[in-house]
Amino acid sequence: MEALNITASTVAAKHPAYRNYIPPAAARRMAPAVKMGVVAANVALEKAQITQPDAILTGSGLGCMQDTEKFLNALLENNEQFVPPTAFIQSTHNTVGAQIALGLGCKAYNNTYVHGSLSFESALLDASLLLEDKPDAKIVVGGVDELGTEFVNYVKMLAEKETPASKIPMSEGASFFVVSSEMGNAQVLLRDMNTCREISVAEISNRVGSLLKENGLSEEDIDTLILGTTGAESDVYYKAVSDAFPKQTTQIHFKKYAGQYNTSIGFAVWFAVQLLGEKNTVSDRKNILIYNQEDGRNHSVIIVSRC
Amino acid sequence: MSSLQQELKESIIEALNLEEFTAADIDNDDALFGDGLGLDSIDALELIVLLDKDYGIKLTDPEESKAIFQSVNVLAAYIEANRTK
Amino acid sequence: MSERIAITGIGIVSALGTGVAANRERLLHSESGLSLLQKVESTYQNKIVVGEVTATNQELAQTLNLPTKHNYTRTALLGCIAAKEAVKQAGIEDIKEFKTGLVSATTVGGMDQTERYFRQFATNPDTHRYISSHHAGDSTEKIADQLQISEFTTTISTACSSAANAIMLGARLIKAGKLDRVVVGGTDALSKFTLNGFKSLLLLSDDHCRPFDANRDGLNLGEAAAYLVLESEKAAKGKQILGYVSGYGNANDAHHQTASSENGEGAFLAMQKALQIAGLKPSQIDYVNAHGTATPNNDLSESVALQRIFGENIPDFGSTKSFTGHTLAAAGAVEAVFSIVALQEQQLFANLNFTEPMPETGLVPVQTLQKKNLQYVLSNSFGFGGNCTSLIFSK
Repeated sequence: MEALNITASTVAAKHPAYRNYIPPAAARRMAPAVKMGVVAANVALEKAQITQPDAILTGSGLGCMQDTEKFLNALLENNEQFVPPTAFIQSTHNTVGAQIALGLGCKAYNNTYVHGSLSFESALLDASLLLEDKPDAKIVVGGVDELGTEFVNYVKMLAEKETPASKIPMSEGASFFVVSSEMGNAQVLLRDMNTCREISVAEISNRVGSLLKENGLSEEDIDTLILGTTGAESDVYYKAVSDAFPKQTTQIHFKKYAGQYNTSIGFAVWFAVQLLGEKNTVSDRKNILIYNQEDGRNHSVIIVSRC
Repeated sequence: MSSLQQELKESIIEALNLEEFTAADIDNDDALFGDGLGLDSIDALELIVLLDKDYGIKLTDPEESKAIFQSVNVLAAYIEANRTK
Repeated sequence: MSERIAITGIGIVSALGTGVAANRERLLHSESGLSLLQKVESTYQNKIVVGEVTATNQELAQTLNLPTKHNYTRTALLGCIAAKEAVKQAGIEDIKEFKTGLVSATTVGGMDQTERYFRQFATNPDTHRYISSHHAGDSTEKIADQLQISEFTTTISTACSSAANAIMLGARLIKAGKLDRVVVGGTDALSKFTLNGFKSLLLLSDDHCRPFDANRDGLNLGEAAAYLVLESEKAAKGKQILGYVSGYGNANDAHHQTASSENGEGAFLAMQKALQIAGLKPSQIDYVNAHGTATPNNDLSESVALQRIFGENIPDFGSTKSFTGHTLAAAGAVEAVFSIVALQEQQLFANLNFTEPMPETGLVPVQTLQKKNLQYVLSNSFGFGGNCTSLIFSK
């Protein structure tokens, strides 16, 4: 895997040939977020050999930005005349989850979380609640965000004014998973997750420590830390967390590979799954801890283990 | 009339993002909806905007519009009779 | 149900007024809040019928004692006021006494300010504070700040069923023991964006909407915020309980991006699941607060779904959207508050502007305010993308 060119201000996703996954008649209305989300969800389902999931849970910080911008610009340009209905339909935040359901003909529970940098985690929490009720459920859960064309520049403009500024370019992507409480063929265990709105730098390592403890683990058991480091001021949180772990613990700064977008932690989880290895592969890694936050708020800790 | 039909085909392809089609693929009498071009109710809404924008024709009833959107020929005839620009 | 989910506070701002009392008063007098568009800067001012909140942004900001250069969008302002009312009514003085979360819903988030300043973001630094208030989670964060909630906070956006899903998640979080208390609901301000969107879909009526009428011709949009305080039995002990969330169900119609299926499959499944969770037979439902947007498609599809669930014995039903307009992400919470008021008053609200049943089903909604013994109320919320959610509230 290559690190991104960090001098660029935006980096688009490496889009696959969507025609291999989505019929052209359906794809013609889909903006990148919808295409990425639908394909990522379908790839995950295929891997899990599931055709009908028991729930579809989607997280997206900014939703379908491209169609939102298209509709907004059309109405501003033409003084509310000749506005494109398709862009409005496609601009709603639940378009990705709805299109996954429509494509599969899946009438099951369907929900969409749009809570900034905790959108993916919210979907994951919902999945864990569903699994407490129905352990054998197979749930599609994921996060997706697209760059769009204009608003991202304003977000970037504000970020660049910060000192020190983030060195990570704005980006986009989709990461979807099939989760279940039945292990089946799975080899990776999403052990636990904890999120909170606000916490001080002094308290963060204790919060991480107590989550480890609740799961019968200590800092020494974690072989790899995956951190959302950006170079911005709030990196002090990542330093506080990593200082609590032994020096030899591997550190990966996932935004160098994924870029900055609200649901990029989905990429970190995917990365952890790759590192822990798929069924019947060898990996010397056992436990990975992911920690992310945004501007010192909305913290999340996820522990992933090889089982 | 034939240039209007050509113009319509091109604008339909563009407005509805029908990347798989060129104007030559659409026959003047092809059904636009259902079995023909395979357009649906969301496309009908988009075509209503197109008629308003390009020809000054205001349609408000989706049911009425279905009859007008039968084929390129039917649509062209309707535009000739009702256009305000 | 192992753990009962108590409702201890409700709060609302809608076209009917600010506060539960004002809304109750107008429901009990069958007075609609619909009027011609005034506040949104739009070419449709004085032309289309909407359910607008009368207070200006400035007035709303004053109520919250905000500094002049705040970046609260109208969505956030409405949300903060309604959520504060709910928490106040629940008699909560120290929010941190119990583990308290917030689940809020919105469709377009901060769009009411984004559409105003979008063309100025690049050049006018004064407008920059509205860049970070655009995303859907921002209004939730503002409400959490106002309520000093530091535990689990999230935002749901499933179009017009958003707040119903927020209430459902809140109930599940308490049931699973993750939280003791959750403030749940939704907020959506009117915006040029949504007005033009629904206009382009030919879904707006030129007149006051007529839910379930044979000649219904579309919906009126509205703006509102409504919140409920849900508590575990432990946290609610000794408090006045306004009602309970007894059932919830969420299903997807998986039929079309914007239209509901002819047999109302998603709606049927959502109601079926809600009845199952509540452990109720369809015959135990006393009143259905229907989604009833007054579009030809929704009301027919929902009527068919009601027939499928209830058979010959369809309970009294009606839509309150003829009072408030369709308040999108807030609708599920607005109608939850109205369902609680119906349970408190033991009254059914009028489905205004109805004259003639639709020929396909012949169903007749409640036409005037009526007394009735109510134990269970079912409330429906359906959205674009086939997202259907039903909730059941009990006395």
